[in-house]
Amino acid sequence: MLKKISFTVNGLQVALEVDVRESLLEVLRERLGYTGVKKGCEVGECGACTVLIDGTPVDSCIYLAVWADGKDIVTIEGIAKNGELSKVQKAFIEEGAIQCGFCTPGYVLTATAMAAKGKKYTREEIKRELSGHLCRCTGYQNIIKAVEKALAD
Amino acid sequence: MYNFQGYHEATTLAEALALLAANPRLTVIAGGTDVLIKLRHGVIEGAELLSIRHIKSLEGVQKLEDGTIAIGPLTTFSRVAEDPVIKDHIPVLAEAALTIGGPQIRNVATIGGNLCNGATSADSAPTLFALGARLKLKNNTGERVTPIQDFYLGPGKVALKPGELLTQILISPEDYRGYGGHYIKFSQRRAMDIATLGVAVVCKVKEGRILEDVRIGLGVAGPTPRRCPEAEAFAKGKAITSETIATIGKLAVKAAQARTSWRASREYREHLVEELTQRALREAIVKAGGEAIA
Repeated sequence: MLKKISFTVNGLQVALEVDVRESLLEVLRERLGYTGVKKGCEVGECGACTVLIDGTPVDSCIYLAVWADGKDIVTIEGIAKNGELSKVQKAFIEEGAIQCGFCTPGYVLTATAMAAKGKKYTREEIKRELSGHLCRCTGYQNIIKAVEKALAD
Repeated sequence: MYNFQGYHEATTLAEALALLAANPRLTVIAGGTDVLIKLRHGVIEGAELLSIRHIKSLEGVQKLEDGTIAIGPLTTFSRVAEDPVIKDHIPVLAEAALTIGGPQIRNVATIGGNLCNGATSADSAPTLFALGARLKLKNNTGERVTPIQDFYLGPGKVALKPGELLTQILISPEDYRGYGGHYIKFSQRRAMDIATLGVAVVCKVKEGRILEDVRIGLGVAGPTPRRCPEAEAFAKGKAITSETIATIGKLAVKAAQARTSWRASREYREHLVEELTQRALREAIVKAGGEAIA
């Protein structure tokens, strides 16, 4: 059950043949080498596999790769530009919002999508937007602070 | 790799209905947040999927000429929560949409999928019950419209006949105009959790202090979502007092057929029905233009 698809990942055009049973997570990690996309729970609960599809955060573990045909995908590898970390990434470092790092790519991508909306978020709204991610290390406070900081100006 | 045996993709409704007519055993998949998880857990095996996610005509929300709100089943919960027609006319449904999963799930999960998988815990169901939603079901040869109450047959069982697809969720103007509503999802966590109990109340208030109409939708209070006919009948024409509200809460329990599960005991769920119906009603009264009751 192979199907030819093409999409962009971090601005690069990709064309490949996928098995229709493959998840986007599997194709990104195992076929294309984007290992910044983390494989966590595989049932859409932990958010570690989050990528942006046409600018929207989606769990790539419960998204079939064939559905990505024609879409624009951004992974954590596409966030820093020319070796320069993004504002969200810098804020995560400055606020110490990172420990083991497994959840971080997903958080950074969701926060990047929030920043792109250009709207103001209350702390409650930030919590709600981040609620699809689990972090077992930092206890969320530093993550929330980092996102607040990144969205502040 | 997911374990399924075949995959078809339809881009038009006619194409999907033709495929379904030819092979009614196809498992319809829309957002995939339910079907793929069931496949992952081995709950469904050897399935042949029919993806309908690219059928544009089944997406989005419209207000029809007669005021009926028509929701396409492929509308994602993120879109339901943000749609201007829904926010203006049935904000209680937008509230309910925001209680589902987390943002990444809401970005792909669809309202039609939520209904068609037949779960009593579907977060959109209590509100759609309270709003008296009607569902348009189509197959290759025709279409029919069924009240949402008749759509739910049992746990995981809905009234879709072989070859049928849900194509529209309809809410009539007389079912939302002048009504205020409130949804409460009770769960252990405020995100990524399934409801222990869900209560939606919509009501209409006369002269700020009389209940003209009250509709109560419950989720997880029985094998299917349900309304509370006794409580609703009692409420009609009653003055808004704490006693009235307390009685409505008590009567709502009569509609419950709760059972004990690992999430909660039957008694606890009945307690939640009584208490949360009152809380949701108090909020709904204010949103319908009534006076707040202490």
